[in-house]
Amino acid sequence: MPKRIVSNIRNIGHRTIESVWRLGIASRFFLLVLLKSGTSFRRFNLVIRELYFTGVLSLIIIVVSGLFVGMVLGLQGYETLQKYGSESAVGTLVALSLVRELGPVVAALLFASRAGSAITAEIGLMKATEQLAAMGMMAVDPVARVVAPRFWAGVISMPLLAAIFSVMGVYGGYLVTVVFIGVDEGSYWSQMQSAVDFRIDILNGFIKSCFFGVAVTAIAVFEGYDAPPTAEGVSGATTRTVVTSSLVILGLDFILTAFMFRGVS
Amino acid sequence: MQRTTMDLWVGLFVVMGVVALMILSLKVGNLNVYNPSHSYTISGNFENIGGLKVRAPVKSAGVVVGRVTDIQFSTQTYDAVVTMDMDSRFQFPKDTFASILTSGLLGEQYIGLAAGGDEVMLKEGDKIMKTNSAMVLEELIGRFLFNKAADDDSF
Repeated sequence: MPKRIVSNIRNIGHRTIESVWRLGIASRFFLLVLLKSGTSFRRFNLVIRELYFTGVLSLIIIVVSGLFVGMVLGLQGYETLQKYGSESAVGTLVALSLVRELGPVVAALLFASRAGSAITAEIGLMKATEQLAAMGMMAVDPVARVVAPRFWAGVISMPLLAAIFSVMGVYGGYLVTVVFIGVDEGSYWSQMQSAVDFRIDILNGFIKSCFFGVAVTAIAVFEGYDAPPTAEGVSGATTRTVVTSSLVILGLDFILTAFMFRGVS
Repeated sequence: MQRTTMDLWVGLFVVMGVVALMILSLKVGNLNVYNPSHSYTISGNFENIGGLKVRAPVKSAGVVVGRVTDIQFSTQTYDAVVTMDMDSRFQFPKDTFASILTSGLLGEQYIGLAAGGDEVMLKEGDKIMKTNSAMVLEELIGRFLFNKAADDDSF
């Protein structure tokens, strides 16, 4: 019996050391990517290519889900607010929840599953088929040539996608509450404008989405670069990217919200 | 895919993102309503500020003319010192009356300014002398009950 307890404790210790070790490797890899990203700015067309794959191809899902999230927020908000006779505040509700929270967070979750998984799978498969090793043989640095452009493309496209998501949501809420239900158009916009502050709400939401962009793409490129060079390894790495980045987004969101919106009415 | 087509799509994407940010700041936010770069600061002492918060609007005749930037408690006078950032387009006389009002039944509280008749205008750092505290529901009910009891005694 004591033997089993000891082995269990040893197991816990082993896992802790393993995860700390992995975190260290990930941080060092992140620094390496930052150090070697000079190439991606000198040859910016590499980043543009990746912007197409991570940004433009994510547009459809971001636009559609932003629209629907806004529509649902408008509908549910109207149902609740009309009980208190203040259905004209529905614009405020939709805009504040989108700009502060849902825009950056849901866009980042969608981005992690749409673009993050694709980045991991691509880099992992490049590693499995020894394309990265071949680049190294030709004195082309795979981190500078393959990893850094993908990282920067993700960092650039994430805030833009979050902004598009929020705008689509605001217009989705407008569509449902003003056009379908018949809330006054003037009060929808004016109450929203008097409640949403540029610096506190919009700028902080933008900063949030920048953080999420860095976190998601850093995790995605690391998992891809670190994936075991087998079919199983690549599939495991892709799953880990989505799970880890979703958890990191939610945790980071809580921390950032606590710093940004504490004491704000 | 052709290089130029890809460039076009990426360009469209970036333009869309920037336009979205501009819509957020101009149409959803209030960047255009109130520009704090041309402003002057005034303050006022209130006996009770009720639920007034930092960033609450300062209105005159219902128009937003400034914002509350700071609320402090003064240990010299034992009341609240409210600092307001006023748009410099709007100048108010020195004997302007400031009161804390509530918009609607459950709405937010704001500071309402009623202009006086003084020739001298309020300048940066000036203090509003005439203030009116926020209505506190308990005090209101208390006063009502007190008056009621006083009325009953006279019978």
